[in-house]
Amino acid sequence: MPKDSGIGASPKRREDVRFLTGAGKYTDDINIYGQTYVHFLRADVAHATINSIDTSAAAAMPGVVQIFTGADFEAVGGIPCGWQVTDRFGEPMQEPRHPVIAHGTIRHVGEIVAAVVGETLAQARDAAEAIVLDLTEKPAVVDMKAAAADGSTKVHDDLTSNICYDWGFVEENRDAVDQAIKDAAHVTTLELVNNRLVANPMEPRVAVGEYSRSDDMHTLHTTSQNPHVIRLLMGAFVLGIPEHKLRVVAPDVGGGFGTKIFHYAEEAFCTFAAKAVNRPVKWTSTRSEAFMSDAHGRDHVTKIELAMDADNNFTAVRTETYANMGAYLSTFASSVPTWLHGTLMAGNYKTPLIYVNVKAMFTNTVPVDAYRGAGRPEATFQLERVIDKAARERGVDPIALRRQNFVTEFPYATPVAVEYDTGDYEATMAKLEEIADIGGFAARRAESEKNGKLRGLGVNCYIEACGIAPSNLVGQLGARAGLYDAATVRVNATGSISVMVGAHSHGQGHETSFPQVISEMIGIPEDQIDIVHGDTSKIPFGMGTYGSRSLAVCGSAMVRAAEKVINKAKKIAAHLLEASDADIELKDGQFSVAGTDKSVAWGDVTLAAYVPHNYPLEDIEPGLEETAFYDPANFTYPAGAYACEVEVDPDTGKVTIERFSAADDFGNVINPMIVSGQVHGGIAQGVGQALLENCAYDEDGQLISASYMDYAMPRADDLPFYSVDHSCQTPCTHNPLGVKGCGEAGAIGSPPSVVNAVIDALQSGGKNVTHIDMPMSPSRVWEAMNNA
Amino acid sequence: MASVSMTVNGREVSGDVEGRTLLSSFLRDDLRLTGTHVGCDTSQCGACVVHVNGAAVKACTMFAVEADGAEVATIEGEANADGSLSVIQQAFQDHHGLQCGFCTPGMVMSAAALLKENPTPTEAEIREYLEGNICRCTGYHNIVKAIMAASGQDVAAIAAE
Amino acid sequence: MYAFDIERPSTIADAVTALQGEDAQALGGGQTLIPTLKQRLAAPSKLVSLSGIGEMQGVCVGDDGAVCIGGATTHATVSREAAAHYPGLAALASHIGDPAVRNRGTIGGSLANNDPAACYPAAALASGATIVTNNREIAADDYFQGMFSTALDEGEVITEVRFPVPQAANYQKFLQPASRFALVGVFVAKYADGVRVAVTGASENGVFRWAEAEAALSADFSASTLDGLNMDADGMIADLHGSSAYRAHLVKVNTKRAVDAAS
Repeated sequence: MPKDSGIGASPKRREDVRFLTGAGKYTDDINIYGQTYVHFLRADVAHATINSIDTSAAAAMPGVVQIFTGADFEAVGGIPCGWQVTDRFGEPMQEPRHPVIAHGTIRHVGEIVAAVVGETLAQARDAAEAIVLDLTEKPAVVDMKAAAADGSTKVHDDLTSNICYDWGFVEENRDAVDQAIKDAAHVTTLELVNNRLVANPMEPRVAVGEYSRSDDMHTLHTTSQNPHVIRLLMGAFVLGIPEHKLRVVAPDVGGGFGTKIFHYAEEAFCTFAAKAVNRPVKWTSTRSEAFMSDAHGRDHVTKIELAMDADNNFTAVRTETYANMGAYLSTFASSVPTWLHGTLMAGNYKTPLIYVNVKAMFTNTVPVDAYRGAGRPEATFQLERVIDKAARERGVDPIALRRQNFVTEFPYATPVAVEYDTGDYEATMAKLEEIADIGGFAARRAESEKNGKLRGLGVNCYIEACGIAPSNLVGQLGARAGLYDAATVRVNATGSISVMVGAHSHGQGHETSFPQVISEMIGIPEDQIDIVHGDTSKIPFGMGTYGSRSLAVCGSAMVRAAEKVINKAKKIAAHLLEASDADIELKDGQFSVAGTDKSVAWGDVTLAAYVPHNYPLEDIEPGLEETAFYDPANFTYPAGAYACEVEVDPDTGKVTIERFSAADDFGNVINPMIVSGQVHGGIAQGVGQALLENCAYDEDGQLISASYMDYAMPRADDLPFYSVDHSCQTPCTHNPLGVKGCGEAGAIGSPPSVVNAVIDALQSGGKNVTHIDMPMSPSRVWEAMNNA
Repeated sequence: MASVSMTVNGREVSGDVEGRTLLSSFLRDDLRLTGTHVGCDTSQCGACVVHVNGAAVKACTMFAVEADGAEVATIEGEANADGSLSVIQQAFQDHHGLQCGFCTPGMVMSAAALLKENPTPTEAEIREYLEGNICRCTGYHNIVKAIMAASGQDVAAIAAE
Repeated sequence: MYAFDIERPSTIADAVTALQGEDAQALGGGQTLIPTLKQRLAAPSKLVSLSGIGEMQGVCVGDDGAVCIGGATTHATVSREAAAHYPGLAALASHIGDPAVRNRGTIGGSLANNDPAACYPAAALASGATIVTNNREIAADDYFQGMFSTALDEGEVITEVRFPVPQAANYQKFLQPASRFALVGVFVAKYADGVRVAVTGASENGVFRWAEAEAALSADFSASTLDGLNMDADGMIADLHGSSAYRAHLVKVNTKRAVDAAS
């Protein structure tokens, strides 16, 4: 019988009631008395010298409160990057200043050039049109390989080149890998593009800055996945506001997918300007602004080589990637193509030798940073595509080739510096074969062919590293922050509980799933437990939600805090029961003395903690509230196997997803309903990347796909029902819940199987197509067929 | 400025608006009915769908003055009179048809319009009808399932959870 | 948006008067115009809303059998009310944009804007429709004058569109994946005196008739008749979503499919 509460149950989400009735409180729903509105004048050219900015006419226009330019921000810090990567020569990456407002030079379309604060948004925008810019345009740097060439125009004149870093991993293996490739019986080579994407949470970003002169307190309401990170980065590095004078609030947030991790110029601006104009300042991004100011994702150009021996055992992998940073380094940009990408290049396979080279490039484009999966989709895509190509070249079954090379013994230390604690790749593959009905594919293909369609089956595996991350390790790798998390369990006198967590829920359902854990531990109903998140003034600390870390890291902190609470409560119970605390057991909300019928209820113990009349005051303090910080011992390693079946219309090249199946191993699962939902959404984003989404620039650095008119978002009729399964569970060995994380798996695991399926379909139709770059739009597929 | 009057969720309201004031901003900024969301500026995402005289429209692509005299229904008026969730809202909760909640008001309003026109839509009809409502979280699986369930169809055979 | 006033006349005469002011512009359903205004790509001083004009609403059948559609009739209304009279046209209307767009967008607005990827221009041209304005009648063949360009004069209002009903017709739209407008749309209409084929989405000059296909299909109304024909890629739109060669190819594919599906 499925449980109806606690760990493993799927209670209905409590947050849904407010979202379904229009009662959610998103940042744009916040309006503060006296608030002003800012309109940002954004660059419409990719690269230019700013000779002058004349704001005099604009300043005289109706409703203008104040106009700001780059000069106003000279004295404050730049937007910081949180991760310093060391290149393969031992030198730190090149790190340009990232100004809040462009000063002297424009480096991408959409960069803020001036900000007009007005009584109304329309007045601010009217005035912005009266600002006179004198610019000298410069050639735009767009293509990464051209940017790397000697003599290229530089995005930053004060840097030595457009190369942020040239990273080698593991550098010591470089020669051995080269040799293994020379010696191989067979080498499969694939050049591919991991297309640039725009995360596109449905809620555009919003920032509302407030300043209270009476107590010198700054408040920023913002659409963030991690309010404490914003407080730290903006307070310490940009504006110089100490933590106790800066409150960051992220209320209901309408999706993040990575792009709401980062600290953005608009947040710093609204906080700064609220003090300068002594009134609240509000900015609400339009979708058009979002396309040119939200950090983009992916954008890798890669060559991968897979070496095999005569028996098709993988002997070496070598990859060379150009990774786009855009014009500036966004918060985690530098870590994505390196530590979140190179470390996953072993995949699910026991390849003994691996070398990864990444050249991170500055270009005159919007900064690129983490987007759902962040580095891991790029690793998975190239590896699973080259394996598929190798299977075809060698004439072997792609599933069998994978199985033959699976890692089967754990823990497993990869040649790319990580240790998989646990897993069972055979189990997820077997489960996939079952739920995807791979045995029935031939009959389905025959049916499609009868209807004039080409049908293809694509399969891939994936592994990812979640639960980022052990602080001492990431510190060595260049992270400028610890990556623990924190929780406070506050038990009220009558026994109800508020849990203040550093993780932020913006669709993941923490308000429902986190109480399931506490309920399981204490044995009280879930409705006695509330989760508080998203406000630095209410929660102890936290690094926020990204990298599928919420439950593995913050959930572990919550468990640790709850354990402290329970230990203390047992001491109180022991006192009340006149027993030794070692003999006290807690079950179903009752403390009892082992082997007796003596017991006291949870609520009586909690009341005693706050009304300590009969209480061991000499030994323990009154009250019942504990905080824990949890720093993970290792990453977690969710893994799985995915299958996609497509039909291709040979007349038009249009690809239709007919079936999609996902078998995941997430370790223990707290709420299966929510986990499945996370996988569904990830798959849709992965299919979107594979078939639809394409953030494109022209050679002048103009963003071509700058709205939903040209950037194809997956819609309901682009997608089928999915078949997802997470019954294969090898619990994580090093966190208390045995959980691994599920937020990104779908987006990581799905693109290769879609491409593999399309290639399979075309091959079945006699077209010798070995690769099509994503997105596989109808026109690209048609052209590939025509050129085959 | 022009004055407009309309009925919103059964209540008479009025206000002074500019010609360029969109129905979405009249609802959000003047009436403080912030359940109607704005997710794009090209009339594609559908987070702002409301009903005007019974028909689903994108409130961000209609001027407030054009709704003068109209009956407007928003997400805030969808629940039952006693505050309990409507059949459609309940189905969305039962089948996890929402995650971040931002597209949800538009989805529910579109679903309500669909079921009024077509009380028992097929999966394909639902997917086609939702062409103008973009969700980035759910991959649509549970939205489609919820709407089928709300129309009384048996969804047990659709992948569980 | 820049500031403007909105007038809501209730008669065509009042609308025409209102449109005589400087920088006045007609507002149909606004489904294209409002996004354009948001980008500040237009700066009218006054919008004249046509949605309140009763005499421009609805679908009827004229004495000559033509289906007559009021200029302010929404796509949703056309899809319902024209279904019994001209199913091919109703089907086209039922797939423009999405349901919410169809509840606002109007036939007059679509034809007056003449977006090169819009659906209605293909139907009007393939049907040899008559565009009726407040002061004249314009044959579809004379009406469309290239991308976003029509025979309408400043301040002229489309009050009605009259579609002669064909023996068989069908519209095939291949979607641009992002906007869901037509990457290529082809409307085929078979009349007693010949077949008309109109193509939208493909050409840099907007909607056009494919004369060779019309000649071939007038002689033999079957998809295979088109096998030997090829659309020239010259002058076809090339963009992120498809090359000119791809669009030319889709013209033929869609035309064949429309012939097969015509009823």
